[in-house]
Amino acid sequence: MPGVSLRNIWKRFGTTEVLKGISLDLEEGEFVVLVGPSGCGKSTLLNIVAGLETLSEGDVLIGDRVVNDVPPKDRNIAMVFQSYSLYPTKTVRKNITFGMEIRRVEKAHQDAALRSVSELLHIDPYLERKPGQLSGGQRQRVAMARALVRDPDVFLFDEPLSNLDAKLRIEMRTEIKKLHKRLEKSIIYVTHDQIEAMTLASRIAVMDAGHIRQFAPPEEIYESPADLFVASFIGSPPMNIVRGRVEQDDGIRITVENDGGPAIRFPVPEKFAAGASAYLGKDVDLGLRPETVTAEGGQTGSDLFAFDRPIELVEPTGPDTMLVFGLGGQEVIARVRPEDARPAGQQFRFVANMAKAKLFDPETGRRI
Amino acid sequence: MSGRTDDIVRPKGARQAVLRVLLFVILGLFAAYYLLPLFVMVSTSLKTLEEIRTGTLVSLPGTVTFEPWAKAWSAACVGVKCEGLKPYFWNSVLIAVPGVAISTFLGALAGYALTKWRFRGADVIFGLMLFGAFIPFQVILLPMARTLGLLGLAGTIPGLILVHVVYGLAFTTLFFRNFAVGVSDSIVQAAKIDGAGFFSIFFRILVPMAVPTFGVTVIWQFTQIWNDFLFGVAFTSSDSNPVTVALNNVVATSTGVKEYNVDMAAAILAGLPTLLVYVIAGRYFVRGLAAGAVKG
Ligand SMILES: Nc1ncnc2c1ncn2[C@@H]1O[C@H](COP(=O)(O)OP(=O)(O)OP(=O)(O)O)[C@@H](O)[C@H]1O
Ligand SMILES: [Mg+2]
Repeated sequence: MPGVSLRNIWKRFGTTEVLKGISLDLEEGEFVVLVGPSGCGKSTLLNIVAGLETLSEGDVLIGDRVVNDVPPKDRNIAMVFQSYSLYPTKTVRKNITFGMEIRRVEKAHQDAALRSVSELLHIDPYLERKPGQLSGGQRQRVAMARALVRDPDVFLFDEPLSNLDAKLRIEMRTEIKKLHKRLEKSIIYVTHDQIEAMTLASRIAVMDAGHIRQFAPPEEIYESPADLFVASFIGSPPMNIVRGRVEQDDGIRITVENDGGPAIRFPVPEKFAAGASAYLGKDVDLGLRPETVTAEGGQTGSDLFAFDRPIELVEPTGPDTMLVFGLGGQEVIARVRPEDARPAGQQFRFVANMAKAKLFDPETGRRI
Repeated sequence: MSGRTDDIVRPKGARQAVLRVLLFVILGLFAAYYLLPLFVMVSTSLKTLEEIRTGTLVSLPGTVTFEPWAKAWSAACVGVKCEGLKPYFWNSVLIAVPGVAISTFLGALAGYALTKWRFRGADVIFGLMLFGAFIPFQVILLPMARTLGLLGLAGTIPGLILVHVVYGLAFTTLFFRNFAVGVSDSIVQAAKIDGAGFFSIFFRILVPMAVPTFGVTVIWQFTQIWNDFLFGVAFTSSDSNPVTVALNNVVATSTGVKEYNVDMAAAILAGLPTLLVYVIAGRYFVRGLAAGAVKG
């Protein structure tokens, strides 16, 4: 089961540059998830790996073979498309065996392969139906079966769950995860859904406008985002970002000015002090994830910092309640336990865990 | 075809009832207007000449006779020969069947290649082909006659088939291109990953999906070719004339009395195959025209 290497991939459609020097190395059996805003080039990248799109520059390697000029059918890959793309006039059975028929695989072998995938994905009951007579989730399974039956080196998934309802998505997500555990094949998986990305990936590649911003395991992407883009793209609700000035006082502090209220001076913990001191007298962006801003007693730690602001909006979500308040001209979300919540308009004492805060250079967006 | 719109609640009341009656009266009138000529033709073709002379145009035949039909089919005089429409009818079959088959097949292939295997200049080629659909018949008569002469096909059935295929290609390509544009590219991509090539994707994936489009195209092409008169007159000689040209000759024969009943029977005979094609492939025609309007 070879891995996949992308080396400095460029893709241009006429004069528009869609991919601008992408390099990625997938190890054998790795589950890499590509995330990024719509139009950033995820599908294009996947199509390049599949051979459905030519590249303008760079190399694609599957295992240690350069496949730039190898047609899709000889790359030993399987792909699941966003729209499933089942053959509408063929039965489920024929959809799954079509590839094997084209490749003139022995009938007995075809039957065995069909049997094993249809058991695995529970599609036995509708093998004789046409795709039009299936529900979305069933079509999704068939599309998956069509890919699995090939026993390829690499799987490519382009937003395979995007058409499913929330419950089915979660179910299928678990199934995909299990499947990967069993098959141990390399997978490149495109999604918009960050929960999907976080739960499935062994590493996540965050793309933006044809660049890879960060390529790292999910925890690392979440805990140490490389820049503002990654920080605000991953996480739901997104990370709060407020602008503040770095000042020296009894230690380094970040001062956030507020209309109609005193400025709030966030202390910078020891471990960031060195980095932050380079910005003395200048602005930085302070990133606080909603779950690191709570009510008093909502979290423990040594770098807790309490401040008071009036609540603007209360959004219960069930397990937690989101309190929205203004800070430095921005809306900031705090995640508190429902019993700690207070009605909108009241002054509230928030606690920020400064050990988990991130600082960013406001000009370059890089993390400090 | 029953649809979801059948059960939409409609306004009720006297006014609505009156409008409804009015609507059906108007529709009835239109239907009658269209059906009357057919009725006159059928009833005239079943009358004896004697009855035609004495009766009125719209009366039913008093004594039904199939004599005129038999005569039209095998004994009416076309020019100097009196063998009926039969040989010319078969000429038309020999022209229409290969003409329809070849132009439909090539159009399907071209429509598929122009959309799913795009190459530099594909749009220009399609534009030119589309332009071909707007060239009037008359314009190509002389160049085509010269071409057929050079190919040694002047005055022959294969020559006329060639003319119809070339002229029809613009339309058939247009039909199939419009169909293929509606087929998701990712279905073709999936088939490529499955290992299929140009022709296996065409025959095994696209063609089964295109059945309604084939219906439309076959009806269109068959009607065009079967009903064609101008090309038939221009490019065939008397023995290879299609039935439309022969029909004209039957009707225009100036010797003896005018046999209206034979003329009518001959006209119906000549038109029967197109009617048949509509009946057989008609539901695909409607479906094909509506295809792509809604997904799924
Ligand atoms: N054939 C093409 N010609 C010109 N531009 C194209 C072509 N195909 C894609 N693009 C452009 O390339 C960019 C990347 O497209 P791509 O489909 O890879 O985005 P994506 O990241 O998959 O987005 P989404 O999440 O919406 O699926 C888009 O801006 C798109 O407009
Ligand atoms: Mg995409």
